[in-house]
Amino acid sequence: MRREGSALQGLGVVVLKELTDHLTSARMRVLEWLVVLTALAAVYGAITQIREVTAEDPFLFLRLFTTARDPLPSFVSFLGFLAPLMAIGLGFDAINGEHNRRTLSRILSQPIYRDALLFGKFLAGLGVLAISFIALWLLVIGLGLIMLGVPPGGEEMARALLFLLVTIAYAGVWLALAMLFSVIFRSAATAALVTLGLWLFLSVIWPSLASALVQAFVSPDNPVLQITAAQDLARLSPSTLFGETVLAILHPTTRTLGPVYLDQLQGALMGSPLSLGESVMVAWPQIVGMIAANILLFVAGYIVFQRQEVRA
Amino acid sequence: MKNPDMSDTVVEARGLTKRYGDVTAVDRVSFSIAPGEIFGLLGPNGAGKTTTILMLLGLTEVSDGQARVLGHDPAREPLAVKRRVGYLPDAVGFYDYLTAADNLHYTGRLMGLSSAERKRRIADALDRVGLSDAAEKKVRAFSHGMKQRLGLAEIIMKEARIAILDEPTNGLDPQASIDLLALIRSLKAAGVSILLSSHLLDRVQSVCDRVALFNAGKIALMGTVAELGRQVLGGGYAVEVEADAGDGIALRLGAIPGVRSVSETAPGRLRMLCDRDVRPEAAAAVVAASGRLKNLALDEPSLETIYTRYFQSAEEEARNAA
Repeated sequence: MRREGSALQGLGVVVLKELTDHLTSARMRVLEWLVVLTALAAVYGAITQIREVTAEDPFLFLRLFTTARDPLPSFVSFLGFLAPLMAIGLGFDAINGEHNRRTLSRILSQPIYRDALLFGKFLAGLGVLAISFIALWLLVIGLGLIMLGVPPGGEEMARALLFLLVTIAYAGVWLALAMLFSVIFRSAATAALVTLGLWLFLSVIWPSLASALVQAFVSPDNPVLQITAAQDLARLSPSTLFGETVLAILHPTTRTLGPVYLDQLQGALMGSPLSLGESVMVAWPQIVGMIAANILLFVAGYIVFQRQEVRA
Repeated sequence: MKNPDMSDTVVEARGLTKRYGDVTAVDRVSFSIAPGEIFGLLGPNGAGKTTTILMLLGLTEVSDGQARVLGHDPAREPLAVKRRVGYLPDAVGFYDYLTAADNLHYTGRLMGLSSAERKRRIADALDRVGLSDAAEKKVRAFSHGMKQRLGLAEIIMKEARIAILDEPTNGLDPQASIDLLALIRSLKAAGVSILLSSHLLDRVQSVCDRVALFNAGKIALMGTVAELGRQVLGGGYAVEVEADAGDGIALRLGAIPGVRSVSETAPGRLRMLCDRDVRPEAAAAVVAASGRLKNLALDEPSLETIYTRYFQSAEEEARNAA
C-alpha cells in the first residue's frame, strides 16, 4: 500500500523542538556537568602524569585522552562510561513520555507520519550528544594546548577527530537502544531501568562472562579457538567494540585487535606506528559494527512503534 | 470532492470493523455525517467509540470495511485527512513545561503554517476559547477544563472542516461542561462538522443533531433524539404532573382519552404516557378533583431513558429467546 506524501514531513519541526527541549532541560544540565567535571579531572590527571614522564612520544597529544593517573581513569574510559549514561538519559522517555503526557495522539493527528516523530527524536538526541562531545573535545584540546604547550600534529588531530566521531556513534547505539525500550515499555521508569541494566550487563559483566562461557564450552586443547571465540562473543557488546576502536585509533602502534601469529610479526617493526589509514583498517569491522547496531536498533524501535496503538 | 456521490456527507463509515485478535472491538459500523452537523457517538466506556474515531483518523488500521473522510481514505491518505480534521483526544495532554501559545506554535509548525499566520491564528483561537490571558502561562498550571479548551483552540487554529472530539466533557465540572458545549455549538455555527463521543448522555444530548448509540462495538440505535424516543419508548408523550389531589387523581387522569398509563413516580408525582399532549385535560382533571396543581410538564425523551429502556428490552428479548 502506497502512502501519500513524504514520510519525513514535519521532521525538521520535531528535531528543532526536541533539541530545544533537551538543551533547556534540567536533566541535560546535570548530565553535562557530570560529564564535564569528571572528564576535566581525568584530563588534568593525564596532563600532570604526562609532564612527569615526558618521553619521546611522537603522539604526545593523543596521550591526553588515554593516560590515566591513579586514582582517576583516563578520559577515554570516562567517556566510554558516561557517553552511554548520557545517551540513555536522553532517550529513555522519548516515546512513552509522550504517551504518559497524553500528547502522542494529539501530535500524531497533525499532518505528519509517525516516522517523522521517531526519527526526529533520534536525530535531536544524536545532535545533543554531538554538541556536548564536540564541546568537551574542544575543551580537552584547548586545555592540552595551554598546559602541555606542544602543538598537535596533523595526524594527531585527524586521529582525535576520528575518536570524536566514534564516540558519537557509540553513544548513538545506546540512544537507539533507550528509544527502543521507550517504545516497548509504557512506563518511563521501567524503560530506564531495563536500559541501564542492559548497559551494565553489556559493559561490565559480559566481557568476563564471554570468556567464562568459552572456557566452559570450548576444549582447552584448542587455545586459538578459545581466544578468538571469547573475543567474538565479547564483541557482541558495543562497549567492547568502542574500546577496541579507540585502542586502534589512539594507539597508532596497535597492529591487530585479535591474537597475533608469529608469521604476522615477520618483517614488522615492533613498536613502530601504523599510518592513519592502516589504523582505521584495523578497527574497521568494529566501526561498521557500531554503525550497524545504530541502524538495527533504530529500525527495531521503528517497527514496534509503527505497530503500536496510539490510544492511551 | 474526489467522489461525487459523497458530496453531501463529510464522514462516511461503511461496515467499519476493528479486530484485536479474537476480540472484535468495532463490529460493522456504518454511519455518515452531513456537513455542519453535530453527530454524537454515545455509549458506555469500552463500547468502541475511540477505536472508531482512531480508524477515521488513520491512527489505527482498519480490519474490514471502509471509511471516507472528506472523500479521502484515512488508511491510504492519512495526511490529506489529518490536514483537514481537528482531533481532541480523551483527556488531552500538552507539554506542561511550555506555555499555551508555545504548545500551539509547535502544532502550528507541524501543520506547516508560516510564522505570521501562526501568530494571527493562535491569538484569534485563544481569544475564542477565552484563554487569551493565559497564553503566556505554562500549561502545567492549567486546570483540566482549560486544557480541553486549549485543545479546542488547536482545532480552531487548524481551521479544520471536521472536529472530532473524544469525551470532551469527561471529568469537567458542570460549569466547565456548559462552557465547553457552548464552544462546540459556536464551532458548528462557524460551519465545522463535529463528531463527538461521550458516555455522559444527558450532557451531550443538548448539542447533538443526531446520535448513534454504541453497545459492544455495534451501533444499536441511530437518529435524532426525538426519532430514537419514538422508536424505543413507543412514541407518544410523557406528561409529568405534580399535585396535591388525593388518591383518586390517578384514576381520573387515566380516564382522559389518549392516556395509556399513569404511574406514581413519587408521592404526589405522576407520570402519564399518552398518545398526544394531554396537558390541558390533565390540568382540568386536577382542578376538578379540587387538587392543587404544582407542576405540569411535557417530558422531552431523554437519551438516558431511551438508552436504559432500549437495553432493558434488548436484554429481555435475549432472555426470552434463550
